[in-house]
Amino acid sequence: MKTSKVVIINYNAGNLLSVQRAFEYCGVKAELTSDHKKILSASKVVLPGVGAFGAAMGELKNSGLDDVIKEIDFKKIPLLGICLGMQLLMQQSEEFGNHNGLGLIQGKVIPIPPLLNGKKVKIPHIGWNILNKSKKLQDKDFSILDSVRDKDFFYFVHSYMVELDNLKNLLATADYGGHKITSMLKKDSIIGCQFHPEKSGEVGLKIINNFINSKG
Amino acid sequence: MSNTRLIARLDIKGPNLIKGIHLEGLRVIGDPNESALKYYQQGIDELIYMDCVASLYNRNHLSDIIKSAAKDIFVPITIGGGIRSIDDVNDILRSGADKIAINTAAVKNPALITEVARRYGSQCMVLSVEAKKVSEEYWEVYTDNGREKTGLEVVDWVKKCVKLGAGELLITSVDMEGTRKGFDNSLIKAVSNEVSVPIIASGGMGKTQDLIDVVKVAGADAVAMADILHYKRIALAEIRKDAINAGLGVRQIENF
Repeated sequence: MKTSKVVIINYNAGNLLSVQRAFEYCGVKAELTSDHKKILSASKVVLPGVGAFGAAMGELKNSGLDDVIKEIDFKKIPLLGICLGMQLLMQQSEEFGNHNGLGLIQGKVIPIPPLLNGKKVKIPHIGWNILNKSKKLQDKDFSILDSVRDKDFFYFVHSYMVELDNLKNLLATADYGGHKITSMLKKDSIIGCQFHPEKSGEVGLKIINNFINSKG
Repeated sequence: MSNTRLIARLDIKGPNLIKGIHLEGLRVIGDPNESALKYYQQGIDELIYMDCVASLYNRNHLSDIIKSAAKDIFVPITIGGGIRSIDDVNDILRSGADKIAINTAAVKNPALITEVARRYGSQCMVLSVEAKKVSEEYWEVYTDNGREKTGLEVVDWVKKCVKLGAGELLITSVDMEGTRKGFDNSLIKAVSNEVSVPIIASGGMGKTQDLIDVVKVAGADAVAMADILHYKRIALAEIRKDAINAGLGVRQIENF
């Protein structure tokens, strides 16, 4: 086992076991915890998430984890938000009413529009898709994608998508029925993935490995 | 639209992977996780485990099987069979499943669909439908592996369930299941014309052309494959290659 101390924030959000097992498979023991001290003393933190935005924010607030996550950002501890965990980083979401998010990244979460140019788009977006890297960033910003090839596919499952205010936070998009889905974002020590690296086979595990090996 | 997903369906009875015809006459194939790991290594897009006798005997074996699968399989896993309550759903998700599929319990208590969707999101709530053809353009919903009639008509039923929160449909043709004669394309088409959530076609895949047809002609978003893989009739890589050559969007894999 490597020395990097990874924790996965536990707030009763769906399938957390797979995230944990993916880190184990990459050689790191990742503890599932909601203990504030443990989270703040970790060298890497993962914010997973499956389910509804409002309910998840409610869980985070009730357990004081919202402030803990803000402190992680302040201390520049590398943080990986997965799926809903990425969406929670935003300022607000329109999922089942308006909800405030953690506000670490400027922008909001909106429903994937079910129509584009008169054509129906199936919701939820479920399936495998390739990433299109943003051309606005420099090579060094893409270290989380080291050894990932342009034609590698990742597994997505979501009905809402992130709209960033600032394109410098955008790492990669995926094309879904003509929509440009924000698929990876980055700000300081924060990385967000809309897709599930822990469910994307070998290429997903590369991203988890890159996160484990990232400096911070 | 999304790329077509190639899914392996593993029917489970007790500790064994089994396969039947019309969901009956079950034959033991072997250890489910040996097959699951093999399919994962060959590049399967998703796995569905169905506990065939769970709803008959009111029990659930799957938790242990899933926990062990989650150690070294990193693609989405759906679990169905014998799920009755929100507590069952919770247990199964905690064991490492990403989605749950319900059939019998949805028929008995449709409110469960909404409960699952609200708590875990509709992407987690797969409605499983066992459909038997009654006449042209009319299919009836069955439960308990095609044994029990419900009196419900398939298209009306799925429309109702999508409104209640089902985020995906697993449509199994009891008539075609295990026959290798192709999917029931008119059934899948009747459903895909009426709902906007993704549809997994199940039952009857005998060759890659069946897959191509059910996607192109009937509008399926994913296909569930069982005996074509279990009996090694065609290699998964071959199926994927033929699907790409026929112009289907599917995940492409270089390393496998």
